[in-house]
Amino acid sequence: MPVKAKRQVPPPEVVQGQHPMEKYLRADRIPHIWCAGCGLGTVLASFLYAVDDLGVDPDGIAVISGIGCTGRVAGYVRMDSYHTTHGRALPFATGLKLAQPDMKAVVFSGDGDLFAIGGNHFIHAARRNLDINVICVNNLNYGMTGGQAGPTTPLGGRCTTSPYGNFEHPFNLVHVAASAGAAYVARWTSLDVRRLQGAIQEMLVRKGFSFLEVIAPCPTNYGRRNKLGDGLDELHHYAEHAVIKHGADLADTEILPGQDFLVGKFIDEEKPTYWEMYQGKVAELEDRRRR
Amino acid sequence: MPARSVLSGVHFMNGDEAIAEGALAAGCTFFAAYPITPQSEIAERLAFRLPRTGGVFIQMEDELAAMAAVVGAAWGGTKAMTATSGPGFSLMMENLGLAIMTETPCVVANVQRGGPSTGLPTAVGQGDMMQARWGSHGHYELISLCPSSPQEAFDLTVRAFALSERFRVPVLIMTDEVVGHMYERVEIPEEISEAPRRRPTGPVEGFLPYKPDEDLVPPMACAGEGYRIHVTGLTHDERGYPDMSAEAHDRLVRRLCDKITRAPEAYTWTEELFMDDAEVAVISYGISARVALGAVELARKRGIKAGLLRLITAWPFPDDVVRGVAERVQGMVTVELNMGQMSREVDRVVKGRVPLAGVYHPGGRIHRPDEVLRGIEEVMACR
Repeated sequence: MPVKAKRQVPPPEVVQGQHPMEKYLRADRIPHIWCAGCGLGTVLASFLYAVDDLGVDPDGIAVISGIGCTGRVAGYVRMDSYHTTHGRALPFATGLKLAQPDMKAVVFSGDGDLFAIGGNHFIHAARRNLDINVICVNNLNYGMTGGQAGPTTPLGGRCTTSPYGNFEHPFNLVHVAASAGAAYVARWTSLDVRRLQGAIQEMLVRKGFSFLEVIAPCPTNYGRRNKLGDGLDELHHYAEHAVIKHGADLADTEILPGQDFLVGKFIDEEKPTYWEMYQGKVAELEDRRRR
Repeated sequence: MPARSVLSGVHFMNGDEAIAEGALAAGCTFFAAYPITPQSEIAERLAFRLPRTGGVFIQMEDELAAMAAVVGAAWGGTKAMTATSGPGFSLMMENLGLAIMTETPCVVANVQRGGPSTGLPTAVGQGDMMQARWGSHGHYELISLCPSSPQEAFDLTVRAFALSERFRVPVLIMTDEVVGHMYERVEIPEEISEAPRRRPTGPVEGFLPYKPDEDLVPPMACAGEGYRIHVTGLTHDERGYPDMSAEAHDRLVRRLCDKITRAPEAYTWTEELFMDDAEVAVISYGISARVALGAVELARKRGIKAGLLRLITAWPFPDDVVRGVAERVQGMVTVELNMGQMSREVDRVVKGRVPLAGVYHPGGRIHRPDEVLRGIEEVMACR
């Protein structure tokens, strides 16, 4: 991606005091470990604003993460929160959700966690249409471990394990999710805070397997090695290249370096969830017993 | 009215089915697994029974997922279980570690077959005994039980759930293909005592999810109970928050081990047969112990004073019991369907006090009594 000339902006005013969403945060665990310019804080805030605006009881939400930078979300939210093993947030969430069907299960994890080591779990959770909300923060590499290439690294992307440029074809996450049967599929960037919040609110109130991909900068690793500038420069890139197209053909949603890419809500359909199907069988058996 | 979850009465069933019924009788309402021989009868029976008894059965995409789902369901407040055999057991090691680290009560049955790798899918083995002890990375303690019959498979499954709740630790049922597929009389009692989860009693404010009670086991706040706790596989403090210091790690790992090892009376079970006047002790477990008993009877007919020490608990190893036996006999023979695993523990405990022999077979069939008898005669010759 081309490097944008930095805009001259005055230094931001340092605001002292509480975050407006502090009631949902484990304040005693702040400051967090995320780097300056990372998109994770924005995505987490969007989630918390969504919870707040909907007025959902936080006691009824479980946040489940895998391993990695995004995996640390579970450590900062003041809700029932589970920081599980690498790639296994979804099967953990499957067990928890089936044990507590009335709770909302929110899986917060990264692209490597959900689509490399956890890829098999992802497609099967989507196939079953479990009532789970997946927020996947895609920063195009493994940030926590020092910037290795991953399943979303674009062709040519330089990472510590692709020093000559990545030559593996990447996944297009929204296409994978839709193909596997997700009932709701959307993509936004960490610049789109209102739309992110809106998408998360939609996911929290609807049933079925919902998938939200959030494209987010990793200035410390991917951005630095690929000369994308700092976090703000990447946001400028999103502003100029993200094109909203709801209901786009998933085949057209690939992200190519330096080019325009599609964001929006791509899939939003009603179909029975795993739990509804299970309960249907239970009712059928009960009915047969009575007769 | 859902169907009865405790099938009180006398049944003719195999060990796998007995494990499934033991789970239901113990109050298990969540079972996740992936198909594998010779475990399938456990999953098939629970796929049939759980939807009728108010529980959840789910077939996961692999054993990594099955074990992860069990840990998640336990945090959702259920008594949860999975079952597998060697290849799947290898995949479960990852989230077995998560269950140990997060102190998640759950039960895992391993119907052992011949390994390594795909090995002998349909034939017996006992080669996963050390994997049960050390298979997940890091240092830990857990409890493993070895049934020798379908009845014991039922009984030990019920006990496994109670132990997992008491110690907040995964409990393994290390059975084998022959016990799993053997049909025998199984009596299911009228009453099965409940083993409730230890719940927090204090206020939500200031609750420390990993502050242990006097027995080193903390009460467990599950999802949706309002405690809003954080659970992590990272080394954590009493708040459940990550703490990357060597001191915190020492405190946590030491407690996780000590909470188990300090209470052997709660989970150590062995059976002694013909041991009163025995000069040689045969040590065995699972199906091999039944063959070993036949060999002990053969030896007695030949005038050799042999006896059987059957290990019902494999892990933690019953050091004191084996040491006590070593002081009474002049030789010991360990019989197992691997090339010598639990015999290493016998060796460690006996410390050269008496001659030892091992009758090993890597699986595919059970031992013949005459093979065990030769081992008995060998050790008698060393006296």
